[in-house]
Amino acid sequence: MIGSLVLHLALLLLFAPLMQGVITKTKAWFGGRVGAPLLQPYFDLARLWHKGFVLSRTTTWVFLAGPVVALVVPVLASLLLPFGALPAPISFEGDLILFVYLFGLSRFFTATAALDTGSSFEGMGAAREVTFSCLAEPTVLFALLVLARLSGGLSLNTLFGGHLLEAWHSGAGASLSLVLVCLFVVLLVENSRIPFDDPNTHLELTMIHEVMVLDHSGPALGMVLYGAALKMMVLGALLVRLALPWQTGWWVSDAAIFLAGLFCVAILIGVVESTMARLRLSRVPQVLIGTSLLSIFALVLVLR
Amino acid sequence: MTDLTNPLLLAVILINFFTLGSARLGACIRVVSVQGALLALLPLTTHGFSFHSILLTTGAFCLKGVFIPWLLFRAIREVRIRRELEPTIGFVPTMILGALTTAGAFLFADFLPLISEHHEGLFVPTALATMFAGFLLLVSRRKAITQVLGYLMLENGIFVIGVLLSDALPLMVEAGVLLDLLVAVFVMGIVMNHISREFSTINTERLSALKE
Repeated sequence: MIGSLVLHLALLLLFAPLMQGVITKTKAWFGGRVGAPLLQPYFDLARLWHKGFVLSRTTTWVFLAGPVVALVVPVLASLLLPFGALPAPISFEGDLILFVYLFGLSRFFTATAALDTGSSFEGMGAAREVTFSCLAEPTVLFALLVLARLSGGLSLNTLFGGHLLEAWHSGAGASLSLVLVCLFVVLLVENSRIPFDDPNTHLELTMIHEVMVLDHSGPALGMVLYGAALKMMVLGALLVRLALPWQTGWWVSDAAIFLAGLFCVAILIGVVESTMARLRLSRVPQVLIGTSLLSIFALVLVLR
Repeated sequence: MTDLTNPLLLAVILINFFTLGSARLGACIRVVSVQGALLALLPLTTHGFSFHSILLTTGAFCLKGVFIPWLLFRAIREVRIRRELEPTIGFVPTMILGALTTAGAFLFADFLPLISEHHEGLFVPTALATMFAGFLLLVSRRKAITQVLGYLMLENGIFVIGVLLSDALPLMVEAGVLLDLLVAVFVMGIVMNHISREFSTINTERLSALKE
């Protein structure tokens, strides 16, 4: 129990920023550049940690609560989620609802922290973030419902249990692949990656997530960035387990499979980011409604 | 071979959704041609390699996957349109309607008096869903070219049923259907060219307001 807890947290905390590094490296490779070193996200975090806070006088404690919650929530959520074949340290019936709404909590605090600054740009970003994520939520819930139906349990540990390998070969393989696509889109939306939001632009009129953290500085910004990296890894873990349902029984090889899967997800995100253009803001809800419909359709296929 | 059939049919349904939600004509034509090409593989995956199925596959592939898309691309180049604007029913509503009809097709297919081996599998629901999606495209879009695409999708749905029955269906009937389709698209392409030459738009809405 303690061992798996430590292993879980060590995997999460150590390797999360590496995913960001892999994504930037892939994008650089596509652009024909050398790009920043793979470990650049770690250097950035260390640099931010040594800086001082700059706090606006108009902000309250909510402004600091935003980054803290953004950092703590992915850690808590990761404890409910199996990493590849490594089972989750904490598990109970119905923890999938907690999993989904933990992210709702972090979103609430990020949005209120953004509103707390009183800047009109940040309010705009918060409005967009909340709109898009409330459209992404049905997709996640229906996708999890499909998995719940297949596994017959209601905890994430059973949902992503060993039966997935057989499920891929049975008639449910089709709906599992739909769920995979839907969860990938949700991963892109929730982490504000390119077809939905550009993490690199700092143009206030078009960006969503980045605009909300404009006023954070120093360690607070570092916490936001680290939290974002953790969130990407936690949501990526869903995809990895679905796509690579193999179980070896030895924790080292299980962890290796998991990390290799995350590496592939990061490369995939990098490829998507370099080959696609940003969607127009009005098209994003349309795409999200489309994925919700797809996941509902996957559920229909399974219920049949 | 039957392992391949379900993913193929699933891809066909996904393409239905894409066409209902996309405004870009070029992309729509491309995915509908991909849909046709995927459907052309169906006789091989369901009935195995035989003279009949190979003939059906090549015929359908050349027509649906290559020739008709080429005609349509030529048409949109000549009348210079790129995207479908302001459809009669919006993109999101048509997508939701499409999802409802797809779910309905899955429910309805179970009630049809089919022989037991057709009951399982995605064939009948996919055929119904594709026909509904094509029908939706026909009634909800204004540009003549998207309506042609809807017509094509309608035919794709019929083709799925045809494949299911192709042991019973004589080759001539299938060839006749394909020929009908080709002629129809031909005629529509010519009509479209004429319309655009006369009225400088191919918005079918204008046609209903014609006066003597």
